[in-house]
Amino acid sequence: MTNLGGDAGGGRWIRLFGRRKKNADPAARDEYQLMTVRQLMTRKFLRNRMALLSFIALVIIYLSTIFAGFVAPYSARSSDSKLTYSPPMTIRIRDPETGSFHLPFFYPLRGKRNMETFQLEYVEHREKRVPIQFFVKGEPYKALGIIEWDVHLFGSSDPEERLHIMGSDVRGRDLFSRIIFGGQVSLSVGIFGVMITIVVGSVIGTLSGYYGGVFDNVVQRLIETIRSFPQLPLWMALAAAIPPQWPPEWVYAGIVVVLAFINWTGLSREVRGLVLSLKERDYVHAAEASGASTARIVRKHLIPNMASHIIVTATLAVPVTILGESALSFLGIGVRPPMVSWGLLLNDAIKIQNIVLYPWTLFPGLFILVAVIAYNFLGDGLRDMVDPFAR
Amino acid sequence: MRPVNPNGSDTILAIEDLRQYFPIKAGLLQKTVAHVKAVDGVSFTVASGETVGLVGESGSGKTTIGRCIVRLYKPTDGSIHFSMTDGMVDIAQLNRNELQPIRRDIQMLFQDPNSSLNARMRIGDIIAEPLEIHGIGTREERRARVNKLLDQVGLGADMHNRFPHQLSGGQRQRVGVARALSIEPRLVVCDEPVSALDVSVQAQVLNLLADLQQELGLTYIFIAHDLSVVEYISDRVMVMYLGKLMETAPTRKIFERPTHPYTEALLNSIPKRVRGGHRKRFVLTGDIPSPVNPPSGCVFHTRCQYAKDICKTETPALRALPTDPQTQVACHLVEELSLQPYYTADELRNLEADHV
Repeated sequence: MTNLGGDAGGGRWIRLFGRRKKNADPAARDEYQLMTVRQLMTRKFLRNRMALLSFIALVIIYLSTIFAGFVAPYSARSSDSKLTYSPPMTIRIRDPETGSFHLPFFYPLRGKRNMETFQLEYVEHREKRVPIQFFVKGEPYKALGIIEWDVHLFGSSDPEERLHIMGSDVRGRDLFSRIIFGGQVSLSVGIFGVMITIVVGSVIGTLSGYYGGVFDNVVQRLIETIRSFPQLPLWMALAAAIPPQWPPEWVYAGIVVVLAFINWTGLSREVRGLVLSLKERDYVHAAEASGASTARIVRKHLIPNMASHIIVTATLAVPVTILGESALSFLGIGVRPPMVSWGLLLNDAIKIQNIVLYPWTLFPGLFILVAVIAYNFLGDGLRDMVDPFAR
Repeated sequence: MRPVNPNGSDTILAIEDLRQYFPIKAGLLQKTVAHVKAVDGVSFTVASGETVGLVGESGSGKTTIGRCIVRLYKPTDGSIHFSMTDGMVDIAQLNRNELQPIRRDIQMLFQDPNSSLNARMRIGDIIAEPLEIHGIGTREERRARVNKLLDQVGLGADMHNRFPHQLSGGQRQRVGVARALSIEPRLVVCDEPVSALDVSVQAQVLNLLADLQQELGLTYIFIAHDLSVVEYISDRVMVMYLGKLMETAPTRKIFERPTHPYTEALLNSIPKRVRGGHRKRFVLTGDIPSPVNPPSGCVFHTRCQYAKDICKTETPALRALPTDPQTQVACHLVEELSLQPYYTADELRNLEADHV
């Protein structure tokens, strides 16, 4: 039983669920209520700051990629040959010479060939102050793939002067825009891959745990075989088997399947173990003794008790899949242009020379890092949450 | 073996030579290398309306017998005849579909109320589950039935929407009782229903079971390792050791005059003070032998203080005492031994006085 009313050790968030009174013993005044398991779990999750923060971060990242056309100032393919490998432009609110304050603005960059190194060097063109505008009209796009629109979250007020807040690539394409569009591939690969993992892993795991016997034996040996290969080379071998003449969308689907191919084994084993333990619980015996069908036992007793574990495992499998896609694309055997993904963008930084000259090409890595860490914290938070009775 | 019907009433359950062996598998090909002989040739009958206590150490096979009766296990061999309207039916070899009508008449009450209730289901749904499985009544009728059951087991109707973790151990076991009774069974196999409860709550649950038995005319098979609990609730006691029956007798007889050395040892293990001091007691040494390779002859001979040569070679059959046909015992030495009873002569006199 959990006492809810007063301020018994509650953090800020507990106020969501109960009235807060000072110096009151709620039990003595009979002012308490019982929390359902769901309430306990929600409270436990909200108390875990890192998990909550990660959850918010992921929501923001996912929303940005879903509305990529709006969030990104340019499309993934629009380029400017005058601004190849331009460094990130500084967003200013203060005039460096006069010291006066303005609304956010930037100085456009002008490239100059250094005749000794033959490198293109960029300097700020201080004569022209280009204001940065929010909800600016720009390149037209289709929001969610259907609604035609041309308003962007932010951008340069002068269509002639492009704003690259994270620099640009070899063809002068805006890196930030490409990262936002690349997130569509990288993040959705994680979700779709894990969906396949959940369906295949749970079904096979439940069957082999519940029925055992020859089927279980065969499946377990298969899983052991798959898992005995090192993960990355197996992924690479499978990805390399995707025919090069396939259209990019097919390749994308192929990569999702390849990534799920290894992940389902882990989940399936976990589910099998859970089923083995749950089917010996007395409430399952009670249902059996009453004549419950196998379908009913799975539906009423096994799935509800496994769901939380499956969700946690799945959450922790998402970053693995994201990393897998990035690795394959980075090595050039993942998704192919014209699709963009974080791994593919990082491919620009494959040479040490590029990292030295154009360090901003590492920005996609930062996004991978944030997404993976956020998923891991979220998974940890969920794992604590599914056992709300643990102290 | 002759059925023993103390009340002269009908036999509800007749078990004949029941065997339950569990295979032990080993090696790459999972070949069966041996068997755990959990229940090894047990026969007994249960009369309608009586309570039979099944006692023995852990590993003696008492829970296995219970699970065979509710057909959680399919017995390796032997028969379990259960009395249906159209006569006795052997439920030992029935398949899933054939068992369905019989499952309405036999229910099980589990030991640990923490694991016998699904934490994700509400109390109302837990109790209604057997009704739902057998498609009894509409949703409203089931709800009314659940409320009646909650009332019968001494819980309020407001429990309906609670979750198991919101209940105390005793309340949870009452929910277990309500679930077992929801489809009006005639036979309930109680598998140590109070051993996981606080002592103060044990008596409440035992009283509840006794009241319900009178009210509904239930037959109980009461599995326990605690003889004092069994003494309280049973009409008859069966003592098991290593998958075999050692002795079966009316409850009073067991306590007044045990006839099997193992029964004597079990009675001796109950803590008790005699005239303000510890009574003289002997304690069984060693563990129960492995049911994979049970000892030859009488399975108890390895730990029996009276064992003779014949005990090591010949298996004693369960036979009725010539002096008392209600008592059956599997021991070669019944006639020679004079075993220590649980009650002293003084206590017996007091007991008699209480009864009058």
